[in-house]
Amino acid sequence: MKPVGYFEGESMTRRKVFAVAGGALGGIAGAAIVLPALGFAIAPIFDEPEEDWQAVGPLDDFVPETYVPRVITIVQGIGEAGKTTVYVRRGSADLGEDPDSYIAISTRCAHLGCPVRFVQAAGNFICPCHGGVYGFQGEVIGGPPVRPLDRFQTRVTDDLVEIGPRYSVTSQLEPVRARDPGEFTGGVWEYLYPPRPSTAPAP
Amino acid sequence: MPDLQKLLPPPMRRPPKPGHPGGNGAPPAGDGAVTDGAPASPKTDDPGRRLTTGVKDSPADLVGWVDERMGGASFLTAMLMRKVPKGTNWFYTLGSATLFAFVVQAVTGVFLAMYYTPSPVEAYASITHLTNDVFLGEFVRGMHKWGASVMVILVFVHMARTFFFGAYKYPRELNWVIGVVLLILTMVMGFTGYLLPFDQRSYWATIVGVNINGTGPIVGPYLSDFLRAGPEFGATTLARFYAIHMLLVPGAIIALIGAHLYLVVKLGTTAPPWLRADRKPKDARSQPVDAFAGGSYGSGDGSAK
Repeated sequence: MKPVGYFEGESMTRRKVFAVAGGALGGIAGAAIVLPALGFAIAPIFDEPEEDWQAVGPLDDFVPETYVPRVITIVQGIGEAGKTTVYVRRGSADLGEDPDSYIAISTRCAHLGCPVRFVQAAGNFICPCHGGVYGFQGEVIGGPPVRPLDRFQTRVTDDLVEIGPRYSVTSQLEPVRARDPGEFTGGVWEYLYPPRPSTAPAP
Repeated sequence: MPDLQKLLPPPMRRPPKPGHPGGNGAPPAGDGAVTDGAPASPKTDDPGRRLTTGVKDSPADLVGWVDERMGGASFLTAMLMRKVPKGTNWFYTLGSATLFAFVVQAVTGVFLAMYYTPSPVEAYASITHLTNDVFLGEFVRGMHKWGASVMVILVFVHMARTFFFGAYKYPRELNWVIGVVLLILTMVMGFTGYLLPFDQRSYWATIVGVNINGTGPIVGPYLSDFLRAGPEFGATTLARFYAIHMLLVPGAIIALIGAHLYLVVKLGTTAPPWLRADRKPKDARSQPVDAFAGGSYGSGDGSAK
């Protein structure tokens, strides 16, 4: 039986046209709400950070033999929660580093992000949460961490050491783009953990 | 259950069985103490007459008044007066218990939100204020905090009941899947709620939790950026967790609990597995021994499955 209003040669009934048009309009209306809301929620993923350099003290404060703790602000406007400790020292010729460079080690454990502490007597960084242990250069010597401790870029301006963006290192201490804790660096992992727009590129 | 039936307003009583005028929905003859308008007569089967007589005989019958306009009584009757399989026992109340735990969380959460400030600078102070200064604040917060653990435990016990009774099998697989999603959402509630007091423990636990999310290949780094609203634990991380905790996930949980309960009522509950072996003679064994065998969809207990 032919539908009401059907005429020979028509490929779609009037009813079907209105059903499709109604569905399409509903879909557009839904997308007009959902897509902006979704973009709003995930926008921070694509925010590129501004480079922020903070002075942590004159050159003479830092020696090659040990670390000096300094507090910097990594997130503005949220008080104590936005601050973090950085361990700073001068480059050591004995370890094959440039003696005029400065090395700033992040206290963020490479396992899951707890705050590590430099233990002077042992010369190691030790994490309180899950027992990660790092050597003097931040390389993993025990526990669950998957890569050495992160570092911050450093530079000298007007005889002051300044701390810049964070970067991660491979097990050979080669710099790569900053990663979250728990993520491996180097080799195939550079592709399995793709770069995020929200982190600064490697120095 | 003639006594229970008498206590219910007329529209909510179990409808009479065919061939039994009045059914057990009508009071025994001579019971004049009950003010109901459904005298045992053949015409009681006519829904319109049942309603009008109910309205006429008890003018203050609010349930009848609402039901005449909304027609919810048949739904409630189907839900509350379902037949349940033989052997239904206390294990079948675990779903209701979980639902109750969720309601406690929802209610206490609404009132906690009246005093809480989701800002990194003020969150901890607002929590100490509501715990120490607000009347009954410690109690309400304690209900919410301990209730969270109770709910997680009940969800797991409820799931174990479903598993060991084989209640996830055909035709109830979809309800198991919905239940798994509800389990995940309950965990998300626990994770996002843990940050809100914003003390040392919740701060570092959240850092660790977000970083565990970040270890997933390909999507992990973006997922943790999404959760933190940036590469570091930042100014809007707490607000984001708060919105997920009190708006996004509760809405999803309520919707899914609705679907979960709908399927329980529609499909009925299963008999305990130990009743299966000797219920019927051997030649009838192929017949399923649960709600479907009765021919009525209204079979099960009042709880979530």
